[in-house]
Amino acid sequence: MFKNSNSVQNRRKLLQFIMFGFFKMSAAINGIALLIIFYFLVSRGWRAITWTFLTQPPIDSMTRGGILPCIVGTVCLSLGAIIVAIPIGVASAIYLNEYAFQGRILRIIRLGISNLAGVPSIVFGLFGLAFFVVYLKMGVSILAGALTLGVLTLPVIIGTTEEALRAVPKTYREASLGLGATKWQTIYRVVLPAALPGILTGGILGLSRAAGETAPIMFTAAVFFTPSLPSSVFDEIMALPYHIYVLATAGTNIEATRHLQYGTALVLIVLVLGLNLMAIIYRARLQKQH
Amino acid sequence: MEKSLKIAIKELNFFYRDFKALTDVSLDVYAHEVTAFIGPSGCGKSTLLRCLNRMNDLISYIRIKGSIFLDDQNIYDPGMDVVSLRRRIGMVFQKPNPFPKSVFENVAYGLRVNGIKDKAYIAQQVETSLKAAALWDEVKDRIHESALGLSGGQQQRLCIARAMAVQPDVLLMDEPCSALDPIATQKIEELIHKLKKTYTIIIVTHNMQQAARVSDITAFFYLGKLIETDETDAIFTRPKLKQTEDYITGRFG
Amino acid sequence: MATSSHSGKSRYRTEKIIRITFFCISLASIATLALITIFLFMEGLPIFKEVSVKDFVFGQYWYPTDEPPDFGIFSLIVGSLSVTVVSSLISIPLGVLTALYLAETASAGIRQWVKPIVELMAALPSVVIGFFGMVLIAPFLQEVFGVATGLNLFNASLMLAFMSIPTICSISEDAIFSVPTELKEASLALGATHWETIARVILPASLSGITTAIILGMSRAIGETMVVLMVAGGAAIVPISLFDPVRPMPASIAAEMAEAPFRGDHYHALFATAVVLFLFTLLFNLAADYISHKYKQVGASTL
Ligand SMILES: Nc1ncnc2c1ncn2[C@@H]1O[C@H](COP(=O)(O)OP(=O)(O)O)[C@@H](O)[C@H]1O
Ligand SMILES: [Mg+2]
Repeated sequence: MFKNSNSVQNRRKLLQFIMFGFFKMSAAINGIALLIIFYFLVSRGWRAITWTFLTQPPIDSMTRGGILPCIVGTVCLSLGAIIVAIPIGVASAIYLNEYAFQGRILRIIRLGISNLAGVPSIVFGLFGLAFFVVYLKMGVSILAGALTLGVLTLPVIIGTTEEALRAVPKTYREASLGLGATKWQTIYRVVLPAALPGILTGGILGLSRAAGETAPIMFTAAVFFTPSLPSSVFDEIMALPYHIYVLATAGTNIEATRHLQYGTALVLIVLVLGLNLMAIIYRARLQKQH
Repeated sequence: MEKSLKIAIKELNFFYRDFKALTDVSLDVYAHEVTAFIGPSGCGKSTLLRCLNRMNDLISYIRIKGSIFLDDQNIYDPGMDVVSLRRRIGMVFQKPNPFPKSVFENVAYGLRVNGIKDKAYIAQQVETSLKAAALWDEVKDRIHESALGLSGGQQQRLCIARAMAVQPDVLLMDEPCSALDPIATQKIEELIHKLKKTYTIIIVTHNMQQAARVSDITAFFYLGKLIETDETDAIFTRPKLKQTEDYITGRFG
Repeated sequence: MATSSHSGKSRYRTEKIIRITFFCISLASIATLALITIFLFMEGLPIFKEVSVKDFVFGQYWYPTDEPPDFGIFSLIVGSLSVTVVSSLISIPLGVLTALYLAETASAGIRQWVKPIVELMAALPSVVIGFFGMVLIAPFLQEVFGVATGLNLFNASLMLAFMSIPTICSISEDAIFSVPTELKEASLALGATHWETIARVILPASLSGITTAIILGMSRAIGETMVVLMVAGGAAIVPISLFDPVRPMPASIAAEMAEAPFRGDHYHALFATAVVLFLFTLLFNLAADYISHKYKQVGASTL
């Protein structure tokens, strides 16, 4: 017969208690790790952040001065990246979500996208070097870097756009088609406007992703040091992530420039996480509306 | 035969957020009888049924007032052990929901989680339950194959067998035939007839013929209220209230 | 009003052109992937005029600037694999358990806070994590474990784990979340505890999704560059202990590319290393794709 002794019951409950404890602990570890990184960057970096730091170029072999060229470079590169990625990404997503039929071609395109998303960033860097810099003769330049970062962010844009398109109710499309609109008119006038906020969120995420990448720009756009701001897309530039790497590993005086490293890291992280936070909050608000 | 009270629902009020899904429901359910809940869609039948094994606890935004006694024990007592309550009250769902495991493992599942390790006992109990669910002959040769290969009707009887394997006192069935064809439905109805010797059964159905065929007691719900409850014969031949009569004669909305 | 007198035919043609245009653009991802492959091979293959594929992949010595140079990337491959394996030992349990916490046991209020934390973890630039590992974790390890250098296999694995946890967690969470409620309810209704339901029903049902998540997490770890460049220690040796420095493939490429003479042997060798790395991640990604398609999650019942 069924023996459901108390000891068995208690053991089952204890096990559950322990396992759920592990769940909670894991989540807590992640949170704590993130907090430690924040705390460490903010506590050591905030003192470096001054008006001069944000508005002046580095001086004295980058042991003093500011990071203005890096900020400008990073902004140029990441904006350039999404200018490349958004049209292609959005158009790809429209095809995949609105036009394509389930089948082998769709399957292959999707496979291509997911594999592109998995390409290591250093491989993007080498590709950018071999293709944009050397083969297309762009040289080490903003253009080459932005294009490299652009193809890197492409899967991000495609993914978020598709999500936004999927969230548009089917009834919108049916209503529009039912009124005699063509497919493209429906997409252009009904689907895209409805999906725009979601696409925008994707754009912000792509921007932040591109801003934080180092390896892809190492050989395509970024240089150790250039005192002047860029004047054309064929100029080399400095960038925040690369600047951190350079100061921390190859600077003339690594220990003496620690505060500059913390400061630069803090600026980068504020930029990147700020963009992300913006996207997260914006998306949460969108979801609440629905 | 003396009727013995199995479940007593007292003044039950139920809310999903601000929406009141059940209002002042009081109802007695007797052992070894089949009680049917009928009423139009959305009147709260499933909600009430899921209160009986506290399945609604899974939803975070619910609120419950009132009490439900199972053998004189309030199942909403803070000290109530929900896990063993659910072992005592089996449930069969609207859509057959076998686990993606073998037929055998589906039925053995409840025994295994309850700490039973004796292989011979499990095997014997699986066979008994499948026989009781009138499924044994159909599956005995493929008992270690995936349950997802069975037909819909077979899957539902498997779910009934699975519920019976842990030897509950009460079986709750939420429109168990709504996803099935007439022949499979008939089999399940026959099964219910057989099972009431052993179990106390509560079945939700929106099919009035089915209620008339399988149940001893029928409770009619409308807009979250229990309108009328009586012996099934009485409800279907001489309902006391106009609303009930309108519903069972199909003159409803 | 016959103002926009598009005849049916011309409208049809416009629609068709639009459709084809979108189709062509959607091929951009595959085209890029193809270009990446072509250019990596083009710049990488010439090294095999100098060394055989076997000597390249299994060669013990990586002295690319010696006279004569040694182009054996075996220790680099081992370095990559070792940081990947050690980091997964940390990231798999943490990622999956956090996913279970989010999908199963956290209250809605807490989830609202924990989910963004995981997203922010994913967004942290790798150079910042590498920097953190360099200046904070490395001295800490050196002191606590009394090891020669804090820049080592263990430190790199720790930082990589941090980077792959979000991948593992969010994909696993999706998989767990999409297990049909009916299965969960069926188990609970039989008197299983919530944990038993998770262990015996939810995890098996979401196994393919979780496996995909793990593979993608590992792929992220093996391809990650800045972290291993900054904290792995950079020694091209086969590690014997957790606290040995290593030189994973991406670190080697990133560190040496700037100094390698253009289209010299070293340059080609680095591209060839990138080919190997690329093939590894391609393998991981194809495996993930295969699993997620082959073992589609099962629904409640297939009527
Ligand atoms: N999870 C839920 N959240 C909010 N409202 C619900 C939920 N489930 C059911 N309801 C509402 O409660 C009412 C009763 O539902 P239910 O008990 O399923 O009715 P029945 O089974 O009689 O068709 C319906 O109006 C339904 O919309
Ligand atoms: Mg119902």
